[in-house]
Formats: sequence, C-alpha cells, structure tokens
Amino acid sequence: MSEVIPFTIEQFYKFIGERKLMSAKCNKCGLIFVPPRPMCPECLSNDLSWTQLKNKGKLLTYTVIYVAPEEFQHMAPYAIGIVELEDGVRLPGIIQNIKHEDLRVGMELEVDFDTTVQSTWPQWPRYFFKPP
Amino acid sequence: MRGKPLAAVVSAGLSKFGKRRGLSGRELFAEAALEAFERCPNLDPPKDIKMLIIGNMSESFEHQCHSAPIMSDWAGLLPTPAVRVEVACASSAAAIRYGVFMILSGLYDVVMVGGFEKMTHRATSEATEYLAMAADYPFEQWNGATFPGLFALMATAHMHEYGTTEEQMALVAVKNHHNGALNPKAHLQKEVTVEQVLSSRVIAKPLKLYDCSLISDGASCAILTKPEIAKKYTDTPVYIIGSGHGTDAIGLYERDNLTSLKATKIAAKEAYEMAGLEPQDIDIAEVHDCFTIAEIMAYEDLGFCKPGEGGKFIESGIPMLDGELPINMSGGLKAKGHPVGATGVAQLYEIFLQLTGQADKRQIDGCEIGLTQNLGGSGATCIVHIYRRG
Repeated sequence: MSEVIPFTIEQFYKFIGERKLMSAKCNKCGLIFVPPRPMCPECLSNDLSWTQLKNKGKLLTYTVIYVAPEEFQHMAPYAIGIVELEDGVRLPGIIQNIKHEDLRVGMELEVDFDTTVQSTWPQWPRYFFKPP
Repeated sequence: MRGKPLAAVVSAGLSKFGKRRGLSGRELFAEAALEAFERCPNLDPPKDIKMLIIGNMSESFEHQCHSAPIMSDWAGLLPTPAVRVEVACASSAAAIRYGVFMILSGLYDVVMVGGFEKMTHRATSEATEYLAMAADYPFEQWNGATFPGLFALMATAHMHEYGTTEEQMALVAVKNHHNGALNPKAHLQKEVTVEQVLSSRVIAKPLKLYDCSLISDGASCAILTKPEIAKKYTDTPVYIIGSGHGTDAIGLYERDNLTSLKATKIAAKEAYEMAGLEPQDIDIAEVHDCFTIAEIMAYEDLGFCKPGEGGKFIESGIPMLDGELPINMSGGLKAKGHPVGATGVAQLYEIFLQLTGQADKRQIDGCEIGLTQNLGGSGATCIVHIYRRG
C-alpha cells in the first residue's frame, strides 16, 4: 500500500504526528531522501516507497540563536543543529534538553517528537533533537 | 568565447546606502539612476534603453509586488519594459546576467540593470523573518533557522574542520569596516577593532553583531551595451568577460559539504572558463560577505586560497586594500551595507569605479581585472562575474 501514500512534505509531517521519522526510498537506485518528493533526485525514478529512519544520529554542526524571528522570540536563545542520522539522512532541527555550553560537534543525539501542533499547511507537528 | 567581451558597462549609479528615513525603494532607485545618467551624457535614457531588469528580494518590506514597472517609471523610462528577477540576495547579479544575455541575443543594444531594497523601517525581528523566507520553509524556517543561524552552522563546521577562529573572522570585519570608512556611500563609515568585534553581542553563536552585514536601504543600477557601441557612450568602458551561475539545494542540510559552497565553485568555474582566466589573474574582487565566515569561504571557493586556509588568508593581509588581492574595497556588505536586492549591482558599481579610476581614497592603482561574487540565501544561488578594463 505504501506506493499510494504521496511523497509530500505534508505526508512527512503526518508521520511526525504519529511519532515516526519516515523517508522516501528509491526502489530503482536505493537512495534514501528527505524531504520526500515525487521523484528521486538522483535517478529521477518515481518508483518510490516509504522507509522508517532510525531515531539516532550525530551532530554535524550547531548554533545558538539569540536574535530570532518573531514566532521564535519567546524561545531565544535556542540551539539548532544539523544531525546526520544513522541511515545517512541529514536533518536540521532544534536541540532541546541540553545546556548550550555542552553542545559538541560529533555528539550523539536522538530524535523526539512534539505532536501538539495539528498537521495543516504550513503548521506541522515537530521533530526535535535531544541527548540520549 | 574565451576572454571576449560579452557586454560593456558604460555607466553605473548607486544611492547612498544606510538608514534612508522617509525614502522608499522607488526614490532610492531614482537616486541611483540619476547618477548613472549624469555619468553618461551621451545616453538618451528613454530612447536608448530598451529594457530594464530589476533585482529585488522581498515584497514584504514595502508591501509592494510588481515593482519593475514602478522603477521604469521613477527612472523616467516609461514605456521601457521592465521585469523583476528574484534569487534572494543575488537578485541583482541575476539582473546583470540576464542583461548580458539580452545584449548577446542581439535583440537590444542598450539595457539597464539594477536592484533595490528598502528595509530599515522594519523592526529587526520583522526583517529577520522576511530574510529567513529565502531559506527552506518546511525544514529550516519551521525549525527556527535564521540567516545568521545558517551561516553560524557553517562557521561552527569550518572552525571544527579547519581550526578557523573567531579572531580570523573578526579580521574580515575589521578590514571591511576600514574600507567602508573610505567610502562616502557606505552605511557605516567607521573603523572597528578585533576587540570590538569579539565583544559585540551574540546574534547566532559564534557570529556576533560585527560578524553580520547590515540591514540597509539602497539601490543600484548600471547601463550595459553591446561591446561594439560602448565607445559611443564612454571613453572608459568596462567589459563583462565572464558570467557564471551555480545552483544548489536550498536547504543547507541537503548539501554534502558544510564548509564550502558548491554553487560558488560552479559559478566561478563557469566565469573563469568564459573569461579564459584563473584565480591568480584577478586583481580585485567584491565578494558576498553577508557574514564574516562567508567571506572566508569565498576566498576558498573562488580559488584565492586552498580549502580551509581562508582564515590564514585574511591573517596574511593579502585581501587588504594595500594587499596583493584587495577584496571588498567598498566595505562590502559588512560596512557598505546590504540592501539585499541592490547588492549584486552594487558590487559591479565598485568594480566599475575601480577599473575606471574613480574610486578616490580606496582606488587600487593599475587594476585591470575584477571579480564579483553574489550569494543568494545560504548558498543555493551564487552568481560570479568577471570584468576587464576597456
């Protein structure tokens, strides 16, 4: 049935609302890619399926944002980073439950979910990163 | 095609950059246009100029879409057709590129290119939000990423991989503020010290206030002609001899390399090949120092030094005004200011002044070849142009 689920950003975040980190996988060349999209960015095939990603990875880089857009001002300062998951997929996200001075490139982080936001464009449930 | 003039720049204009209270984008553009017309008395603007291409990033600042016809009108060019192009902060470099293509097509002999942005009437949080719209919405903006934040992610990675330091980044700010202090059109005309940069407030760690370019108001323009007719308009044309454009994934997280911008490398390669030149042939450059780390990465990606050695390159003094390869003589986005849509053509303006000996206190003697590098967003777009003195 997976082939009838559209490879869209809305669907990615619907899965996040179900506390699942899902990626598109190309059945032709094997590439795993986020954001999902209607065709493989590598071989342009539209023979795709959904695959669940592991919720663990390592921090490639980070920053702590002090000057924020209005919507995020109440959170500032907050940490964001890019995490490479064990499957090789990279995601940007907010890093929670950590003292900012403890952030290190290469540290292990895991993915957690905030499902309190309803999934309607352009508002989605969130995934975020935290120490294991 | 190698080294052949693609188009000539026969005139250019730049509004004063800064907090231009009470002026909107169209009035700033008129200011730039007037300078370009005054520089070029043989030009009959509404008759000679066949097309106007305008770079402008965001209609949010002025609540105004469809700005191209307004600019044609305020520059006194009606009914000259006008179009707006948008690739975030590289919008007006794109205007140059498509102006060059129009000349090359043979359809038009004279076209005007330019850009503008009116920003300072907005609160910093609003401006931050509007600028962040040039980042990927569903993954970057939704997770609170800002432009300082995205370049801070590159800075952290560069520091981790190559040992680049906050002091080296501060030296870029010190250099560009020094140059900006010599530019009467710069937004900030004051020197800063390494200590001032390092002790300024954190915007997105490790980037501090003085690592960041300015939110500015400003406009820029240039008159491009077919090379064969340039001398009809000026004795000292500048020729565009290379143009390159690189495009990459919009999300920083989607790119393999966090310490280098592939779009810059692609754009530079195309421009160098078209010009038949190598990085060592460049005499002067204006690069996209939206943040100090971006200038350090530009040194590397444009081939002025090896990957990872951008920090040492600024320490060496090579890119200083009196160095072997002066970079951002104008003060750059850092001190001259960064009205985003105006920036690409503002870089051209500085190269035009330098190659025609009109840069006054910051004039580099004997320069022949200039390069501009203009980024869009966090590097999904890069446009490079190479210029030669006529």
